[in-house]
Amino acid sequence: MLAILGISPQQLFQQLLVGLINGSFYALLSLGLSVIFGMLNIVNFAHGALYMVGAFAAYFLLNEFGLNYWFALVLSPLIVGAFGALLERVLLRRLAGLDPLYSLLLTFGLALVIQGVFQNFLGASGKPYAIPSALAGGVNLGFMFLPIYRAWVIVFSAIVCFSTWFLIEKTRLGAYLRAATENPILVRAFGINVPRMITLTYAFGIGLAALAGVLAAPIYQVRPGMGADIISVVFAVVVIGGMGSILGSVLTGFGLGVIEGLTKVFYPEASNTVVFVIMAFVLLIRPAGLFGRVA
Amino acid sequence: MTELSPTAPIFTQTHSGRDERIAFAIMTLLLVVAPFAVYPFFLMQALCIALFACAFNLLVGYVGLLSFGHAMFLGLASYVSAHAAKVWGLDPALAIIAGAASAAALGAATGALAIRRQGIYFAMITLALSQMIYFFCLEAPFTHGEDGIQSVPQGRLLGIVDLSNQTTLYYFVLAIFLFGFLVIYRTINSPFGDILKAIRENEPRAVSLGYRVDQYKLAAFVLSAALAGLAGATKAIFAQNASLTDVQFSTSGEVVLMTLLGGMGTVYGPVIGAFIVVAMQQYLGQYLGEWVTVIQGSIFVVCVLLFRRGIVGEIAAFFKRSL
Repeated sequence: MLAILGISPQQLFQQLLVGLINGSFYALLSLGLSVIFGMLNIVNFAHGALYMVGAFAAYFLLNEFGLNYWFALVLSPLIVGAFGALLERVLLRRLAGLDPLYSLLLTFGLALVIQGVFQNFLGASGKPYAIPSALAGGVNLGFMFLPIYRAWVIVFSAIVCFSTWFLIEKTRLGAYLRAATENPILVRAFGINVPRMITLTYAFGIGLAALAGVLAAPIYQVRPGMGADIISVVFAVVVIGGMGSILGSVLTGFGLGVIEGLTKVFYPEASNTVVFVIMAFVLLIRPAGLFGRVA
Repeated sequence: MTELSPTAPIFTQTHSGRDERIAFAIMTLLLVVAPFAVYPFFLMQALCIALFACAFNLLVGYVGLLSFGHAMFLGLASYVSAHAAKVWGLDPALAIIAGAASAAALGAATGALAIRRQGIYFAMITLALSQMIYFFCLEAPFTHGEDGIQSVPQGRLLGIVDLSNQTTLYYFVLAIFLFGFLVIYRTINSPFGDILKAIRENEPRAVSLGYRVDQYKLAAFVLSAALAGLAGATKAIFAQNASLTDVQFSTSGEVVLMTLLGGMGTVYGPVIGAFIVVAMQQYLGQYLGEWVTVIQGSIFVVCVLLFRRGIVGEIAAFFKRSL
């Protein structure tokens, strides 16, 4: 059947793989946005910029401190997450209780500042980041060539997403978190430090973005504009999935990545816009999003 | 929860409109004499962007809907108007009307989708839709992709008035700006505008009073899109080109910045904000280069943290007047 359409199976599987890779990044980023939204009730417009900072953290850890990919995988989310905690403590907290549009504007301004600073000091061009030697090369599966690093990104992202779901839905800490989302005052009355939990939640969401950045560094070049490029698609993913459910945002992220990849095979002209078109249809049919609850 | 709305009205009960009318006379006078002191090209640029910001403010300031994709209306209209004037050879007035009409049509389509969600979702949906329009403009043949539409003829207005004369062109642009400004002013001071403000203050209550909130929101969205389109279409004629700059995301961000800086929900705030931001780009841009982005971002942060009412909003509050 594929032969009739003039598409080689090779090409199809290759684009499916690219779709799954992009889907991993969409999933990690929209998961972070959902977690932050659930707890702080804000949309973090700086998410793309902090994803970019995560990638640059890996780049600098390697080139300035000689710390390889595996260190970066742990250190970059921690460093960027700590920076996120600082942002929450110093800036975002001042806007608690105000219209959420203000925190949206604040994070948008932060994204401009962060991206502008990186652009000024490092230029707009991309910097290469080598694939770690343990994950270099690939295997021939017969029907396609599978680079090991790409398989690693997909598997590792899926594990991280699942662990996040487990942490929030199945552990005691997650139960506190969900309770604080529903009624922060009552949870505070039980003696749980909700403001600290808010800070840590924001840092965690940012950490996920930074982790996505580290994973992306060997695949795409590390560029100051990489966050701005991906963030509008991630917002569309969030609108499609609805921010109510953790698994929902993960599934939507992977699913839309795959759809985008398939569009590249069957109708390349629409590959940039397909996610937005799907968003428009979802808004017409299910305004609350596929997994969202009506407020 | 002390401050629910980003743009709580300042002293509505003393609102007589007298101060606003005096301010309008001063603004018009300044703009009429301005080309004798300031470079007209800069003024025309600032006027178009100011109209764009006023159109945006109609939505964020008076309905409480924050659009993060308003560049799609500015950009699409500028392409349509440039194409109409250059390829179809239309009269500049008709080209501008065609541009504004295309933006209104796009506003009706995108607005119908975006108003299905509220608050932050509205911002994300408009952002995503404008990104879609950006890719459309990048790939559609009539926009000429990265090159844009160059050397658009300014033409003769209604076949009589020669717009290639810089002074005539300036007063033409000024007339369009004042027209757009007055349409917005009339709208927000009409019964229709009062209902928009009611929706901004308390949407469930407006629903319970029997207003079809969605239709009001959509009408405001289309009007805002059409006026943003009017600004873009005029821009294409006076600047003689249409390019991807007008449709890209940073332009949507800049209009938010201008309105926030000048004062959301104030009549004159967006005009002041637009002049400041355009001046910053034109005059500081050459010295600062990429740092302009950092400065713009910092202004966002400072405005949101320290003076949420914006320049005009703070002045109005200080003198206890409505501006």
